[in-house]
Amino acid sequence: MLGEGILKGMAETARNFAGSFVSKERLTTVEYPEERIPTFENARVFPFLVYDTNDWEAGLRCVACQICEKECPPKCIYIDKSKDKKPDYAGKQQFYPTRFDIDISVCMSCQICVEVCPFEAIKMDTEFELATGDRFGGLLLDRKQLAKSNEYYHRIHPTEAAEVDVRLAEEKAKANAKAKAAADAAAAKAAAAKPAPHVEGAGD
Amino acid sequence: MLDKPIIDKMDQIFVLLQHWLVSFLPVSLQPLAAVLLSVIVIVCLFPALFALTTVFERKGLGRIQNRLGPNRVGPFGFFQPIADGIKSLTKEDIVPASANAPVHFLAPIVLVVAVFMGFAVLPMGRNMVLVDMDAGLLFYFAMGASTEVSVFMAGWSSRNKYSLLGAMRAVAQMISYEVVLLLSSVAVVMISGTLSLPKIVEAQNQYTWDLPHWYIFTPWGLAGFVMYAIAATAETNRSPFDLPEGESELVAGYHTEYSGFKFALFFLGEYLAMFSISGLGATLFLGGWTAPFSFLTFIPSWIWFFSKLMLSIFVFIWMRGTLPRLRQDQLMNFAWKFVLPFTLLNLMVTALWRFMGEGWERWVVCSAILAVVWVFMGRIEMRSEHFGPRSYRYAE
Repeated sequence: MLGEGILKGMAETARNFAGSFVSKERLTTVEYPEERIPTFENARVFPFLVYDTNDWEAGLRCVACQICEKECPPKCIYIDKSKDKKPDYAGKQQFYPTRFDIDISVCMSCQICVEVCPFEAIKMDTEFELATGDRFGGLLLDRKQLAKSNEYYHRIHPTEAAEVDVRLAEEKAKANAKAKAAADAAAAKAAAAKPAPHVEGAGD
Repeated sequence: MLDKPIIDKMDQIFVLLQHWLVSFLPVSLQPLAAVLLSVIVIVCLFPALFALTTVFERKGLGRIQNRLGPNRVGPFGFFQPIADGIKSLTKEDIVPASANAPVHFLAPIVLVVAVFMGFAVLPMGRNMVLVDMDAGLLFYFAMGASTEVSVFMAGWSSRNKYSLLGAMRAVAQMISYEVVLLLSSVAVVMISGTLSLPKIVEAQNQYTWDLPHWYIFTPWGLAGFVMYAIAATAETNRSPFDLPEGESELVAGYHTEYSGFKFALFFLGEYLAMFSISGLGATLFLGGWTAPFSFLTFIPSWIWFFSKLMLSIFVFIWMRGTLPRLRQDQLMNFAWKFVLPFTLLNLMVTALWRFMGEGWERWVVCSAILAVVWVFMGRIEMRSEHFGPRSYRYAE
């Protein structure tokens, strides 16, 4: 304890002090509003709704099954189910949400809604600059504000979005195959059900 | 090189300015007006310096941690203290319901007043001392000691456990180090033979081959200066001795229950204490307003005083950016087992220096004694006890 440790420490901080003026690499902080670090792929803030095609309203993957609404621990999702049905992105007739609101002042970013969604319709966003002057209305996001395109999803979470696309394509292929098989079966049935007229016709 | 009258004019510019301003008044009022004018200058100058120091401190600490520090308010963030000032002035002033309101109100005022009093005897340049007291050093320490009262007033009147603990720590620490501060200055008094600060500076204002006769350039002076610096850091509650306001355990220490402008006064008091104790250190050991080389004497004396002051402040900030906070027992051990005995020894060495007379022998003997004792005390006396792994006899 002769003070040499103190001198060593002082030399180290002096090096930092001088070095921070010389080399920009030393600086650990970023001048935030002007510069920003790109968000990490695994970052998550609040959920958003994915839509395909260019029309956010028609392309919403959400079918208003309300599973996320029921599973949401802080109950921040509000869904109104439609009375009629509309064809979804795959062409199948589905219900759709006439209202889909998320209160982000309540949301705790737990991602449970994303995990329970069977339609890959709700995903986590990385947008974090959500400050608003209106703390009630401004923080209650409606479905228009929540709807973000699949391309956006690809941009913020590339790996995850690619997996989702593969899965959806598989499901679609399976559904198509099933539909085709059903159609084939129906056609075969139809063919079997009316062989006589056919034969009659053939006999003409 | 400038000619002599201009150099002298520049050196005495503030004194001449004061005389000129006062000369407009009737003779009977002149002494009073001269004092008032100096007081006003001191009361405006040092808070301004404080404002500048806060922004430099934050920027410097930032650089030490490889950050930029404040840079948003004004050019390079230099208007930050204005923003801070507006903030602290407009904040609500809260007095706890169970606090002793008069004492709670008085504590920051007592602190700032006591600290300002210390500036009265500091020579800030040639002929630039507010009161040339024969016992200036004694007056300074009397005023310095009364800051402890205000710290305890703040801690006790807040009726808050953190405040009280902080105040108790502060008083224990300040009293322990006050002893060292005084004894390390006594060495200077022993050599210069006076308690008047301008005379102490005058005693150091000689040159041998361009080099000044500052007391720091003697063995006892160097040892005394190091002890003085340690004690001064502890006296002003600066890191690494900032236990009274250790935020990790005491929220903010004795000023936990202060907000708004009263908090700002505590902050101001802390920095003013730092300035005045740095100024005293410069006066005692670094030759006050004298130039470091005889060929630099053409630069006005007040520039030298304030550059020495700001250099000390820079070292304070540098230390704050480097050293972690001590534990209470380490603080006390350090004060009573290392700093105080070493300072007492330094007094003996100073006496030896005084009575060995001129010559090279006293340099060798005094340096050798101090170096040997420093190494002995550092290596053996302050050796940390090594406890090793804990062993259990019954709990197997």
